[in-house]
Amino acid sequence: MIGALDAGLRHVGSRVIGGIWKLGCATRFSGTILRRSGETWRRPRLLLDQIHFTGVLSLIIIIVSGLFVGLVLGLQGYETLKRYGSAEALGTLVALSLVRELGPVVAALLFASRAGSAITARVGIMKSTEQLSAMEMMAVDPFARVLAPVFWGGAISMPLLAAIFSAFGVFGGYLIGVVLIGVDAGAFWSQMQGNVDFRDDVVNGLIKSAVFGVAVTLIALFEGYDAPPTAEGVSYAVTRTVVTSALAILALDFVLTAFMFTGV
Amino acid sequence: MKRTTADLWVGIFVTSGLVALLVLALKVGNATTVSASDGYRVTAEFENIGGLKPRAPVKSAGVVVGRVDAIAFDNKKFVARVTLRLDRQFEFPVDTTASILTSGLLGEQYVGLDGGGDDKLLKEGDRLTMTQSAMVLERMIGRFLYGKASEGPTAEKAPAGK
Repeated sequence: MIGALDAGLRHVGSRVIGGIWKLGCATRFSGTILRRSGETWRRPRLLLDQIHFTGVLSLIIIIVSGLFVGLVLGLQGYETLKRYGSAEALGTLVALSLVRELGPVVAALLFASRAGSAITARVGIMKSTEQLSAMEMMAVDPFARVLAPVFWGGAISMPLLAAIFSAFGVFGGYLIGVVLIGVDAGAFWSQMQGNVDFRDDVVNGLIKSAVFGVAVTLIALFEGYDAPPTAEGVSYAVTRTVVTSALAILALDFVLTAFMFTGV
Repeated sequence: MKRTTADLWVGIFVTSGLVALLVLALKVGNATTVSASDGYRVTAEFENIGGLKPRAPVKSAGVVVGRVDAIAFDNKKFVARVTLRLDRQFEFPVDTTASILTSGLLGEQYVGLDGGGDDKLLKEGDRLTMTQSAMVLERMIGRFLYGKASEGPTAEKAPAGK
């Protein structure tokens, strides 16, 4: 009895200490990446390749998902607003929910599962096949050469992807609301323009997506770098990237929303 | 510098991201100017426009006949001057009444036009003299309460609730 309790406590304690340890390592890892980012900006070719890898290759899923989220928002929003006789507010509903919340959050979740997992797998396999050690042997800094460009590529791609997501979502809402259902186009756009503020809504959404981009890319890089150099270790690391990123995105979203949209 | 197809795609990606941002700023957000469409403009002065917004519809008998072009404040007369852009195919007599109405209980506000009987038609730059302001709920309730209170034996006409 005492033995089982003891083992349980030990287990919890080791999990907590392990987690804090890992967090410390991740912070040091992020600091190293930031410190060695100089080469990324001196050699734009490295950065361009990474924007291609994280941003361009995620473009299709972002556009398609944005469009469908907008279509669903249009349908659901219309059904609800119709009951209050204010279907013209559909534009406001679609635009505000996309620009403030759904654009940054859903785009970041997609980004984590599309690009974050790919980053983790790539870095994990580079480490397990000792490519990173080989670079160090050749006096090439893997942080400056591989990890920092990936980080900046992800951090730049994410706000752009979120903006594309929101724009296509609004277009989807327009398709359903105005083209299909027949809400007045002028009221749709005028109410939207009257209620969406550039500084308060669009810029805050951009800030959110930039924070998510930094968080997701760092988590993905660290999980890949920290993965045990086995096939199983890399596969677990990929899973952890997606789970941790999703939790981090939602938690950060709550914190940022509490800062941005209260007390107005 | 050697060009690769990856560069082209990155270029397309960054451009489309910036275009999306521009769309969000100009089309979705309020950093926009109304595009001038075909039609003629008339102005109307209202004591209170309520929640009327530029680009709100102008309706006559429920049919959209134009849009609100601009809303300005007249600092001498303390009234709102609303510029309406009406479609050229719809012509209204000069004694048309403009009123600010609400579609539905919580819906958006629009300008309603009721045609008069005059032979002369409105043309570019004319001013509608007969207008009816938006209903303000507090004033309506206030007026109603005044009316109830003065229904006593010494009934006098209730003062206008302003």
